[in-house]
Amino acid sequence: MLLWYETVHQLLLFARRPASVFLVIIMPVILLVVFTELFGNELIEDKDVTTAQFYTPALAVFGAVTACYSYLAVATANARDTGILKRIRGTPLPPAIFVAARIVSVSIIALIAVAVVMAVGITFYGIKVYWEKVPAGLVALTAGTMTFASLGMMVTALCRTSELVQAVTSATLLPLAFVSNIFIRPFREQPAWMQFIGDVFPLKHFSDAFTGMFRPGLKGHGFVWQETEEIYAILPELAIMIAWGLLATALAAYFFRWDNRSA
Amino acid sequence: MSTVAVANLTKSYSGAPALKGVSFQVEPAETFALLGPNGAGKTTCLEILEGYRTPDGGEARVLDMNPATGGRRFRESIGLVLQVTSLELELTARETVSAFSKYYPKPLNVDEVIDIVGLGHAAAKRVKALSGGQQRRLEIALGIIGDPAVIFLDEPTTGLDPDARRKIWQLILDLNSRGKTILLSSHYMDEVEALAHRLAVMKHGEIIAEGSPAQLQDRFSDHAVIRFGLSGNELPDDFPGPLRQLVEVSRGWATLRARDPAPVLADLTNWAFRHRYDLSSITVARPSLEDIYLKLTGDGEGAR
Repeated sequence: MLLWYETVHQLLLFARRPASVFLVIIMPVILLVVFTELFGNELIEDKDVTTAQFYTPALAVFGAVTACYSYLAVATANARDTGILKRIRGTPLPPAIFVAARIVSVSIIALIAVAVVMAVGITFYGIKVYWEKVPAGLVALTAGTMTFASLGMMVTALCRTSELVQAVTSATLLPLAFVSNIFIRPFREQPAWMQFIGDVFPLKHFSDAFTGMFRPGLKGHGFVWQETEEIYAILPELAIMIAWGLLATALAAYFFRWDNRSA
Repeated sequence: MSTVAVANLTKSYSGAPALKGVSFQVEPAETFALLGPNGAGKTTCLEILEGYRTPDGGEARVLDMNPATGGRRFRESIGLVLQVTSLELELTARETVSAFSKYYPKPLNVDEVIDIVGLGHAAAKRVKALSGGQQRRLEIALGIIGDPAVIFLDEPTTGLDPDARRKIWQLILDLNSRGKTILLSSHYMDEVEALAHRLAVMKHGEIIAEGSPAQLQDRFSDHAVIRFGLSGNELPDDFPGPLRQLVEVSRGWATLRARDPAPVLADLTNWAFRHRYDLSSITVARPSLEDIYLKLTGDGEGAR
């Protein structure tokens, strides 16, 4: 019950921050429209993959990550800078519930961001949904939001000020989005080092696991380990995301401070 | 049992001592004040009692619990106003209090608490639209929403205008009359004089004086101060010689200090009566607590 109240409280705070709502909810839609109109909504693979069919799920992932990673990290660091975390720590609210509520709230925000961009894609650009792959896609989405929420808390824990947190989240998310099949459809083989970076960090795995759900070329329900050109396989991506999530959770738990004003 | 009991508390920050053996007790329903300049150790002391810091040595107990290990049950029974205002600016006053009320097992009614702190008319306003004094009163509302037995207030009026300060004083007096035990820190002697039953003056991590305002006054004021306005900015030529040696003249005022004011007053009024000198502005007072406080904490080391 307390978790629910606190989650609603965090959602209310998000709704009262127009700049955050714009970045998390509206920005992916703007990017979808810009990319689709820029490149033209034509068939871009032999099967019926249109520009929007590629970009809608990719930008849904981008919106989810903006919520779980960037917004969570910056909002938490701001609350720490202004003494709000310290004040909360002085109440009986158990810290575990407080952190859980923040993570649940950004997961809900991520779902809203995904739903909005998907709705625009389906309504205006006629993208297709393959229902047998939806369960795997939702599992991938859940794993991705949890992983990136852990990473967000880790960045907050490792950086002392919200300015630094803001810089670190932007400097990590934007370049990774380019090498992780989100902003740019891989139209030619990437340089090896770029591919390596994409493979190491979790964003590409989140993106591949979720966007595979919308690729007509990939068959199957997704819950398989072997990755081939024809089969939708989320389990290898999940494993890498979960590994990142656990590492981030451990670092966040170890380095997190409620107050950064004093030693 | 004392509500707050502190014995021989010590704390250093990377080698620099902040508390050097502080001891005091606060009794149930008492208002106790820690008074001192910045860096005296007031906030460190409060933060140990609030459970934010662990002391290096000594013992701190609040409601017979150890703040460092008391956990949720401890936090349910205390109320806090921290030194720095820390509120979510995007919320309304009412939403802020309502959110905090969910954290406590037996919260007071949200609207009643908002009325108690005098924000009934501003309950629907965003926190960022409130004045500094209103924000501080909202924080007091957060401090009392859980119906705590003891309330810690860290410099509740620093930086506020006189009217806002008076409102907060009245609020603290009301809380005390409802039986709350209050421990507050302050820079201001007038505040402590208005609110506290007893106070401890702190300097460089130690308590250098403790008692009720009247006790401190008795102990540290060993003379009376007689002042009167001078017509013509100087002592008249026929002012009695023996008194003249006791007088300081400054800005049109004459000041005399005397351990025993009676003979001085007798001589002075006798002279004034005979020479028809106007003494209508005369005051006889003991040094103010402010003077005593400044003398105690100053000691030539500059105002810190």
